[in-house]
Amino acid sequence: MTESTTAPTSTAPLIEVEGLRKYFPIRKGVFSRHVGNVKAVDGLSFTVGRQETLSLVGESGCGKTTAGRTLLRLLEPTAGRASYRAEPDTEAIELFDLSRRQMREYRTDLQIIFQDPYSSLNPRKTAGGIVGEALRVHGLATGQELEDRVAELLVRVGLRADAFNRFPHEFSGGQRQRIGIARALALEPRFIVCDEAVSALDVSIQAQVINLLKDLQEERGLSFLFIAHDLSVVKYLSDRIAVMYLGRIVELATAAELFSNPRHPYTKALLSAVPRPDPKLRQERIPLTGDVPSPMNPPPGCHFAPRCPVAEKRCHEAYPETVKVTATHEAACHLVE
Amino acid sequence: MVPTLMGIILIILGLLHAAPGDPAMQMMGLGGGTGEVSQEGVDIEAKIAKFKRDNALDRNFLVQYLGHLGPFNVKPDGHELFGGDGRNPWGGFLSFSFGSELFNRNKMIGAEIWKRLKSTTLPLAIISIFLTYLLALPIGIYSANRQGTTIDKVTTLGLFILYSIPVFWAALMLKLIFGKTGLSLLPVMNLHSQDSDQLGTMAYFLDTAKHMILPVAVMTYGGLAYLSRQMRTGMIEVIHQDYIRTAKAKGLGSKAIVFKHALRNSVIPVITIFASILPIMIGGSLIIEVVFDLPGTGEYMFKGLMERDYNIIMATMTLSGTMTLVGILLSDIAYALVDPRITYS
Repeated sequence: MTESTTAPTSTAPLIEVEGLRKYFPIRKGVFSRHVGNVKAVDGLSFTVGRQETLSLVGESGCGKTTAGRTLLRLLEPTAGRASYRAEPDTEAIELFDLSRRQMREYRTDLQIIFQDPYSSLNPRKTAGGIVGEALRVHGLATGQELEDRVAELLVRVGLRADAFNRFPHEFSGGQRQRIGIARALALEPRFIVCDEAVSALDVSIQAQVINLLKDLQEERGLSFLFIAHDLSVVKYLSDRIAVMYLGRIVELATAAELFSNPRHPYTKALLSAVPRPDPKLRQERIPLTGDVPSPMNPPPGCHFAPRCPVAEKRCHEAYPETVKVTATHEAACHLVE
Repeated sequence: MVPTLMGIILIILGLLHAAPGDPAMQMMGLGGGTGEVSQEGVDIEAKIAKFKRDNALDRNFLVQYLGHLGPFNVKPDGHELFGGDGRNPWGGFLSFSFGSELFNRNKMIGAEIWKRLKSTTLPLAIISIFLTYLLALPIGIYSANRQGTTIDKVTTLGLFILYSIPVFWAALMLKLIFGKTGLSLLPVMNLHSQDSDQLGTMAYFLDTAKHMILPVAVMTYGGLAYLSRQMRTGMIEVIHQDYIRTAKAKGLGSKAIVFKHALRNSVIPVITIFASILPIMIGGSLIIEVVFDLPGTGEYMFKGLMERDYNIIMATMTLSGTMTLVGILLSDIAYALVDPRITYS
C-alpha cells in the first residue's frame, strides 16, 4: 500500500478539520428568494491531538459555536472535510461523508457539552433518564447495569446518586451543567466539544467544573475542543488556542506562545482586555472601536482591518495569508513578518 | 367549582330575563310580544297569572335564581320557607333536579337530556373527538417536521381553508351534495331510518353508521384544522429547543427524538383544548343537530330557546357550563401527569 494523505502515521491527530464552512442562507419575500449567505464559519482548518485541549476563542457571533456544532454534524456543513481517527493506526473516518444513520454510531465517540444548562436538558425527563438514554439507545447497557452506570457517572461529576430520579428543574445551574457533563461522558467518548461549558456558571462553580474536566481528561484520555470567550479560563485549560474573528481563525498557537507573544492585532486587543490581579501592573489597553462587521457582508480584505489600530492600505485590499511564526504558531496578518 | 357554577347560573338567568319574550306569552301564542295582552280580556290574563304562579315565574329575580340553583323548590308545591305547601320541598341544580318542561309537566328534563345524550350526542361526540385527535396529531407532527416544504405549505393552506368554512354552510352543502338533491348517496336526516326497528343487528349498525357520516364529518373538520395547527405550532416550538439538539448529540434517531423528546413537550396546548371540547361534547352541537335533525341535547336546547322554556334552557346551559368546568379540571390533572414540574398539593 502506498502512502496517501490519510494514511496512518504515528503523529496522526484525533480530529483533523480542513476548510470547514457553514453558511446560513438568507431568504426573503414570498418566494423565499435566496438573497445571500451568513458566513458563520468561513474556512476553518485545525487539528486536535490525542489528549489535547484546543481552545477556540473569539467574540460572540464569531462562529465558534457554529464551528463546534458543524464539526459534530449537529448542523450540516456547507463545505470542508473533517476526519476522525480513533487510534493512531486506524483508518481515518470522514465525518462529513457519513450518512445520518452512520453518523449516529460515531456519536458514542464524539460528544458535546452544551452552553446553556437550562435549556439543553429536556424538562420532562429525569436526570437518570437524560444521562442513561444514550446508553440504552446505543445498546450499551440495560436494566440494573444501566442504572448502576448512570449512578456512578452522577457521583463522578459530583452529584448525589439520588439525583437519578429528579427532574432538571430541581437542580441548580451548576448541578445541571454537571448533568450535561455526565450525559456527554456516558458513552465514554474520545472527543468532547465543550461549547461554552462553563460560561453560564458562577466563577466558584466554574473552577470546580474546569477541574472536573481536567481530571476526566487525565482519567479517560479525552480530547477537548474548548469553545470559550473567557481567556483566563482558556489559559488554564488549553494546550493550544485558536483565535477566531468573523468565521475565520486569525491566530493559532500553543497557549504559552499565544499569551507571551501574540502576533495578530486582534489577539493583542483581546489579551489586553484580560484583567490581571496585580494593582502595580500598568498595562496598556488596546480598545477596539466599532462593531464586528456583518458576517453577511464582510469587508473586503482583512475582516479585522476596519477595527484594527495598525491597519495599512494593503489590509483593506486583500485577505492576508496565514504566516507561520514558529512551527507551532501561525497568524493571518499582513504585518507579521 | 360550585361558586363559579352559581355565577354561571346567575348570568344565564339574567340573560334570559333580559331577552325579549317570556314563556307565558309563548304559551298564549303571542310569541315574543311586547305585552299586548288586553284584547282577549280577563280569561287569558287569569290563565297567564296561574301559569306564572305555578312555575314561580311571578317571584322576584332572586327567588327564581334560588329556584334554579336549588336546593329549595320555590314553586307553590315547594319548601315552606318560600311559601310553598311543602309537598315537594327540594329542587334546582344543587339537588340534582332540573324539574320538568314548562309546557309539558309530565316530561322530566333530566331524564330527557340523559336519553338524548345516550342515543345521539355522546356517540357522535366521542367518535368525532376520537377522529379529531387521531387525524390532527399526526398531521400536525408531520407538517411540523417538514416545516417550510411544499407539502407543509399545501397542508397549511388546506387546513386554513377548512378552518375558515362556517359549520352551518358546510352542513347544508354536504346535505345538498350527498342527499337526494345531489348524489343521493347518504341519508341527511336523523340517526336512523324510519324502518330501522325491523332491521337485524348488522343492518341496524350499518344504517346508523351511514346516518352518522355527514354529522361526524361536519363536527370533526373544524376541530381537526384547529387542533393540527396547534400541534404543528407546539411541535415547531419544541423542535427548536436546545434539548432536542442534545438528543441529537446523543445519537438518537429522528423518530426517537420526535416521539420521546418533542411530543411530550408539545402536547400541553393540545390537552388544554380538550377542556373546550368537552362542553361541546355534552352540550351537543346546536347547529349541527338542528341542521341534520338529530334528537340530541343541542337540538333540545334549540327547542327550549324557541319555546322560551326557561327550564330547558337553564338545564342545558348549566350542563354546558358544568362540563366546561369539568373539562378545565380534567386538563389540569392531565397537565400534572405530563409535566413533572406541576404538582398540586
